[in-house]
Amino acid sequence: MNERKLLLGNETIARGLLENGCRIVTSYPGTPASEILSAAAFFKNRYNLPVHVQWAVNEKIAFEIAYAGAISGLRCAVSMKQVGLNVASDPLMSASYMGTKGGFIVISADDPGPHSSQTEQDSRLMAMLAKIPVLDPDSPSTAKEMTGVAFALSEAFEIPVMIRPTTRICHARQDIEQHAFPESFQEPEFEKNPGRWAATPKFRFQLHRLLEEKLLKIALFEQTAPAMVNETRATKRSSRVIIASGVASAHAMEILQELGLFDSIPMYRVIQPYPLHSAFIDLILSTYEEILILEETTGVIETQFADRRRVKGRMSGHVPGAGELLPEIVENIIRKFTHLESLSVEKPSVPGKRPTLCAGCMHRAAFYAIKRAAPKAIYTGDIGCYTLGLNLNAVDTVLCMGASISQAAGFHHAFKQTKKRSPIIATIGDSTFFHSGVPALLDAVVQQVEFVLVILDNGTTAMTGNQPTPASGFGAFGEPLPHVDIESLVNGCGVAFCRTVNPYELKPTIALLKEAVQFCNGRGPAVVIAKGRCLLDKNPGPAPFTPVEVEITDECDECEYCTTHFECPALISGGEGRTMIDSVLCSGCGVCIEVCPKGAIVEKNTNPG
Amino acid sequence: MDNHEKRQIIISGLGGQGVLFITRLLAEAAVMKGIPVLTSETHGMAQRGGNVVSHLKTGGYHSPLIRPRQGDLLLALDPNTAPLDSVFLKPEAIKAINSPSLHSTDSDRSTFYIDAVGGAQKSGSPKAANLVLLGFAVGVSQNMTPAKRLFCSMDDIRNVIHNRFSSDQKQSAQNIAALEIGAACAK
Ligand code: SF4
Ligand code: SF4
Repeated sequence: MNERKLLLGNETIARGLLENGCRIVTSYPGTPASEILSAAAFFKNRYNLPVHVQWAVNEKIAFEIAYAGAISGLRCAVSMKQVGLNVASDPLMSASYMGTKGGFIVISADDPGPHSSQTEQDSRLMAMLAKIPVLDPDSPSTAKEMTGVAFALSEAFEIPVMIRPTTRICHARQDIEQHAFPESFQEPEFEKNPGRWAATPKFRFQLHRLLEEKLLKIALFEQTAPAMVNETRATKRSSRVIIASGVASAHAMEILQELGLFDSIPMYRVIQPYPLHSAFIDLILSTYEEILILEETTGVIETQFADRRRVKGRMSGHVPGAGELLPEIVENIIRKFTHLESLSVEKPSVPGKRPTLCAGCMHRAAFYAIKRAAPKAIYTGDIGCYTLGLNLNAVDTVLCMGASISQAAGFHHAFKQTKKRSPIIATIGDSTFFHSGVPALLDAVVQQVEFVLVILDNGTTAMTGNQPTPASGFGAFGEPLPHVDIESLVNGCGVAFCRTVNPYELKPTIALLKEAVQFCNGRGPAVVIAKGRCLLDKNPGPAPFTPVEVEITDECDECEYCTTHFECPALISGGEGRTMIDSVLCSGCGVCIEVCPKGAIVEKNTNPG
Repeated sequence: MDNHEKRQIIISGLGGQGVLFITRLLAEAAVMKGIPVLTSETHGMAQRGGNVVSHLKTGGYHSPLIRPRQGDLLLALDPNTAPLDSVFLKPEAIKAINSPSLHSTDSDRSTFYIDAVGGAQKSGSPKAANLVLLGFAVGVSQNMTPAKRLFCSMDDIRNVIHNRFSSDQKQSAQNIAALEIGAACAK
């Protein structure tokens, strides 16, 4: 038997891709998908595999790189989170028409809940829109098996195939059987065929027709057909049936077993929610009186039943229309379906802890400086750790990647004719700026948008686990790469004011921000690059600051200015008349020394006694 | 399958306290013993100091999540969330809770408190409160009747740490020191 190892769902997907001979893996980081590419990079490096593994600047670019490899006959994959698929939707819609040569897998990880996303959108709907098949794993081990199935399906029909794991699969760990990596790999071969790879609208119609034919056949593909998980004499006689996909099917299996219903209520596990197997739809409609469908996060399986009179699911209102299908919710749905009494769970309301920037994070200092320099500004924010500038009231809007800049432009144009204009300050991280901030900045330059853009440059993609950016100078597995200089890039966009500052030095930062606000009046964008390092970044590089030991003197009267306006988690006002420092959390950035209005926070050695 | 291999465990705390790390040690102990394991972890925004919780199920389950009233054991690094986490526990489940002010003497027969932060400071690795709590929980469980005991022993956890840190003896020793301090408190 092969060795069993404890692997994260995302790691099993990466392992599956590479065991199946994948030659290109690309991605842009995003929770819950990030570890897929990191794991691929790890395996590539460890086993010296001839695979190209890279973080791309955004999901659209990641998609296009992997896709070109696939039309050259190689097995390729691109991974992203669900909102990343929105960014990559342009090439996706077209790639489905043109199809592929080598197996091409698009992994789009959904986040029902949502736990770490702006939306609960169902990527399977995107697969339907693009007209490509989608597979829905119910555990890390099935996710791994599905990579092989997906490559086979993709090659059999020359079509991109989506695998749609959810957070509970991506971030589950399981003991997984490991297989060997292949000994030999395919060689690329690009057969020129402009009628297909560069098809004009006229030919696209042909391709569309072909695609529809493929879908009909895929709805008959045996390897991905739904399977009954509990075939017994009793389940064969039931008039009720449960159909489930994804982690909801894992919950349902366990619940049926524990309620003693596993031997009486038949359950089908759907592997390929779209296109749903046509024979399966017929079988279900002709066999059962009552049909319960459990799936996340919309009724994708449900909608494919043309006759839904006997179908209970998300569309019929039997399954909640929003939110994660937690096992306790699934249990009550099954109880109701089988006429058992529902259980009620009372969760005590305990005040939870909201997330906050790390103690000593450069972003906190930058936000504090922004608030001090322009207290009345409109603050457009963006996606990353620094979204948590919300806690400091320094973020008023968060829409999607890169929107801090374009929304700043929108506010400028909306208010420019009015008398009561306030300054506009946008904050964006370095990785997000590369991802989709640059085109927005070009637009702002041309339209002379009067705003200050603060690029929070901590040299990494922090929120998702410190992946490199184009400025890092190294790649997914630490290999050295050329790097792009942010300041030159900003200058290249035509911005007339671009200056870099160390945000841990509050006074110069506040002064520079004031200057930038002045400058942009009547002249267009001013950019301030606040440059530091993420404290969790383990990649080599200089320390962000020389730590100092701080203490709080008797001058402190617990006015709570520092805990509310600066909100460092290492500063604790416990109502005991004096604010305390949590020495385990404190990283010694020393910024609070300048924040305290009473001068009660001091460096330890300079103030003996 | 031995009955004591089937366990549902909740590990909770705040982002940054090392909930993921001890979840992983326990899961690796299961794999080492050939027991099937499934965990569910919190990643993303909540890892920045928000509430994080791991579910760990050993002994052949399908779902990675624990339902209310099903858990056998709770390891809580933040005493404030223990009441919320307890919703997921059986009435007779064991709770091991990090709390600076309460002590084991305050315990009923299934709730046990330890000052894990203080213990970590004593062990010389101030950030290792998670390991102190883990050692404590494993120790407490060993004092129980076999029906309530954990699927693994202190030796198993020590082995997992040895294997994981085979190239960093110092880190390995520090981790085990923190673990031992916790276990000693369970005596
Ligand atoms: S992970 Fe890095 S960027 Fe994010 S809050 Fe912590 S220090 Fe700041
Ligand atoms: S020095 Fe002050 S601001 Fe910096 S981490 Fe410590 S308490 Fe927080």
